[in-house]
This record gives sequence, structure tokens and C-alpha cells, in this order.
Amino acid sequence: MTVGARGGWGFVLSLRGGKLAGLVLVGTAVAVSTVLFQTLTENRILTPAVMGFDALYVAIQTAVVFALGAQGAAAIDPRLRFAGEAVLLAAAALGLFRWLFDGRRGFHLVVLAGLVFGILCRGLANLLQRILDPNEFSVLQSLLFTRFNVVDTALLPVAAVAILAAGALALRLAPTLDALALGRDTAINLGIDHRRMVTILILLVAVLVSVSTALVGPVLFFGLLVSNLAYLAIGTERHLHTLPAATLIAIACLAGGQTVLERLLGYDAALSVVIEFAGGIVFILLLLRGTRT
Amino acid sequence: MIEIAGVSKSYGTARVLDAVSLSVPAGGLTAIIGPNGAGKSTLLSIVARLLPMDAGRVTVDGLDVSTTTGDVLARRMAILKQDNRITPRLTVSELVAFGRFPHCHGRPTRADVEKVTEAIGYVDLSPLSGRLLDELSGGQRQRAFIAMVLAQDPACLLLDEPLNNLDMKHAAGTMKLLRRAADELGKTVVVVIHDINFAACYADRIVAMKGGRVLVHGGPDDIMRADVLRAIYDMEVAVHEVNGFRLGAYYR
Repeated sequence: MTVGARGGWGFVLSLRGGKLAGLVLVGTAVAVSTVLFQTLTENRILTPAVMGFDALYVAIQTAVVFALGAQGAAAIDPRLRFAGEAVLLAAAALGLFRWLFDGRRGFHLVVLAGLVFGILCRGLANLLQRILDPNEFSVLQSLLFTRFNVVDTALLPVAAVAILAAGALALRLAPTLDALALGRDTAINLGIDHRRMVTILILLVAVLVSVSTALVGPVLFFGLLVSNLAYLAIGTERHLHTLPAATLIAIACLAGGQTVLERLLGYDAALSVVIEFAGGIVFILLLLRGTRT
Repeated sequence: MIEIAGVSKSYGTARVLDAVSLSVPAGGLTAIIGPNGAGKSTLLSIVARLLPMDAGRVTVDGLDVSTTTGDVLARRMAILKQDNRITPRLTVSELVAFGRFPHCHGRPTRADVEKVTEAIGYVDLSPLSGRLLDELSGGQRQRAFIAMVLAQDPACLLLDEPLNNLDMKHAAGTMKLLRRAADELGKTVVVVIHDINFAACYADRIVAMKGGRVLVHGGPDDIMRADVLRAIYDMEVAVHEVNGFRLGAYYR
């Protein structure tokens, strides 16, 4: 991301450094949350985004603007607001999804319910936006587009702390996650408190999704892309390997892609479009392959 | 030993288990038989804390399965269900190593590694220990899962229909393996099984269930009688003695 830098390093570092830090954090959040979520749901197709976690977060953001008004919402410290929204998302996700992930539902029910929940959450967010005052909507609108080249730098320190904590916990749980991936019954047989793990994982995913959505907006298929690339590249199921691998791939995709777009294409294209396009194709391929096996 | 006292379970309005009480003494091989829908697998799952019960109490080695932490129970008791999810890219030794999870929590010591090697040798899979699970035949995969629960080293081993989808050679091999686990390793083995003749040939005790209750239990000679089998299965089964075992001819 230092390609083509001219002018004082102080300026370059503060502008691009902030952006790079944002992309690193978002990449980590998306990758870790997706891998955790796929272990939790025992499949490779669902991601928190497909399931509507991002949309739920957007719905909560909208609801906050709706309840407090654009000025009221803007008056709150953004860090405080972020924390509040993250807590709301965690609570909503626990309430909505815990029953679905108890490990006793079939694969198809989870995937179908996941897609339907995603639509529900997006619909909910849309509904709130429709009935919002147009002036307030315009304030909100800037939050709703996926944007990788304008990262919300005010939130970076909070986001970094949240992601470091979540990432460390995920790595600490890695052996347990490996066992959890064997399925509910085997995991319980091995002495794992399945209910507790499901709760912990939903909370972790909610925090990570809050971070990435707050920083760059909703990303639908990126997680799917990086998690599956990581499984392919690593050739093992161990979370101690897949978690860092997916994270590195995500960071490489985001930082590399952003550099190419800025330097070679002169800001002419949006990284989000390219990534979502590639991720969407992977999603369709996985669905097609899944129906055959 | 396993103590089951007044265990009931319903799915909606259907009562699957109706105040079942049963005591399985330590050691030996106990087979649970009975028609489909008798509640055999449900009972096993409840004992193994995979399903919550509506009423009653189950203790394993004196530990109440509803209140004891999963970790402590996992060192006393292991369950092997019939439909195990196959994680792709998992080798036999990696799977069996999971059996040590309750002891080492993912950080295996030298002793854990030895236990894993020993368990793989016990089920005769040593030459295949580096193979991926989805490259194995059904019988070999079944043995790999049995090796996992053996590596877990519990006093009690519960198996839910371990013979399903196995040909007669592998079915007999599996039963011999379980018999050895009971005799040589001193495990308490409980098997849900459909073929009464396997139960007759390998079990020390047979528990016959029907309609969510324990209908009758006793040694193979108490159960393998035409009148008892008629009561359990509602069909005529001629019982013949072959090589000292009482076998039921139920094919037509």
C-alpha cells in the first residue's frame, strides 16, 4: 500500500496507515468470524453474512438512528455507540439463532433457515430505512454502502482491541473447536459443553461482525471466499492452522486488491464489487457441489 | 455400573420411554434388543446425556449424568452413535487422538500418544493409521471410531447399532472386538443391536425393550426362547441350538 507514495511520510502514513489498519482489522474479523461460524453450523456454505448477521447489525444501526434521530445518534461518542450496537447484535443473534445451532437440526434446515433469516434481517433493515425521515436516512446512508477506501478511523482503536480479544479467545479454543467440528454428539461424548460453546461462538461472531460492519459496511460473500480458500490451501481441519490462514488470505485480498485498484485502476472500480462477484461465484459453486454429494 | 431409575421421554404426545428402570452391572457385555421404536436408542442417548430426559435419573459409576460436568463423565463413559459425521481430511490417527481430548484437552502428552497408538493397534488399523477416513471401507471406519472411544479409556462403552451397514464378516469382527474390550480391558459394554443372534452369541446379558418399557431381561438362555421372543417381536421365532448357542430362525 506504499506504492506510488509521494510527499511527506507523516501524511502518507496517517492516511494510508489508517486505511491499511482498517483493512487488516476487517480482514481478520471477516475471516475469523466465518471460520468460527462454519464450525458452529457444521457446513462450508453458510457465513455470518449470508445468515444475516451484517443485515441485523445494519437494522440495529438504523433502529438507533430511528429512535434517537440523526442528531441524537451523532451526538453520542461513536465508540460508545459502536459498543452499544455490538451488544444489541450479540443479544439479538443469541435470541434468534441459538435454537437453530443446537447441533440437532439437519444440514438442509440450517442452510434454508439461514438464507431465510438473512432475507428477514435485510427486509427488517430495509423496512426501518423506508419509514425513516429522508434527512435522517441520508445521514445513515453513508453507513450502508460497503466501502473499503474510506475506513472509519475513529473506531480503529476500539475495533483493534475487540478483534485482538476475540482472536486470542478463538485461538485458545482451537482444540475444542476441532472436536466440535466432529458434530454435536461426538463433541458431547468428548466432554464438551455444547450449549456453552454455541453461546460463546455466537457471541464471538457477533462481536467480529459488528467490527467489520461498523468499519466498512456489510460484506456478503467475502468470508465465504477466504474461508474456503484457506481450507483448500491448508489441507487440514485444525483451527490452529485454518484461523490464521483465512486471516492472512483475507488481509492479502483486501490490501492487495485495494492497492491494485488505487494504483493501477486509478480508483475507477470498487473493491467491494470485485470481491462480492468472486465470492458470489464461489457460493454458487459450493451450493452446486453440495447438492451432488 | 449404570443405574437407570424411572426414566421417561416423550416427543410431543408420543411417549418413547415410559418410566424405564434398569441396572447394568459393571463389566461384561449387555445387549439391548427390541423392535423398531421400542426406545432402545433413545434410552442409550439419554444415558450418554445426548438427550435430556423428561423424568427420572441416570447414574454412571454413581455420577448423575444430568448434573455432572461433561468433562468428568467423558472419562467414565463413551458413546458411539451410528451415523458419525465424517470430517473430510481427517486421518485415522487424528480421529483416534480426539479420544484423548477429555484427558489432555488438545495438548497431548507422550502418554496420550501411546494410548492412541495402542488403541489403533487394538482394532487392527495400524497399517492404515495415516489414511484419510473417507478412503476407508465402512468396516474400517467403524473400527476407527471404536478405536477413538477405546483411546478415551472410559469404564463404560455405549454403542448404538454398531453393526448397521456392516457385512457379516465385519459385523462378527466388531462383536469380537467388543467382547475383547469387555474381557481383556474390563469395560462395561452396552450395545443396541437388531440381530438377536449376535446378542445371543456375544452378550452376557440381554435387555429386551418394547413400547418404551423394559419387557424382560436376563441371560441369553432366558431370552432366546420361542415364547419370550414372541412376546417381544409379536412373531414366531423358532429357536435352535447350534454349537451350544440358542439361535432364532426368523427369516420366514
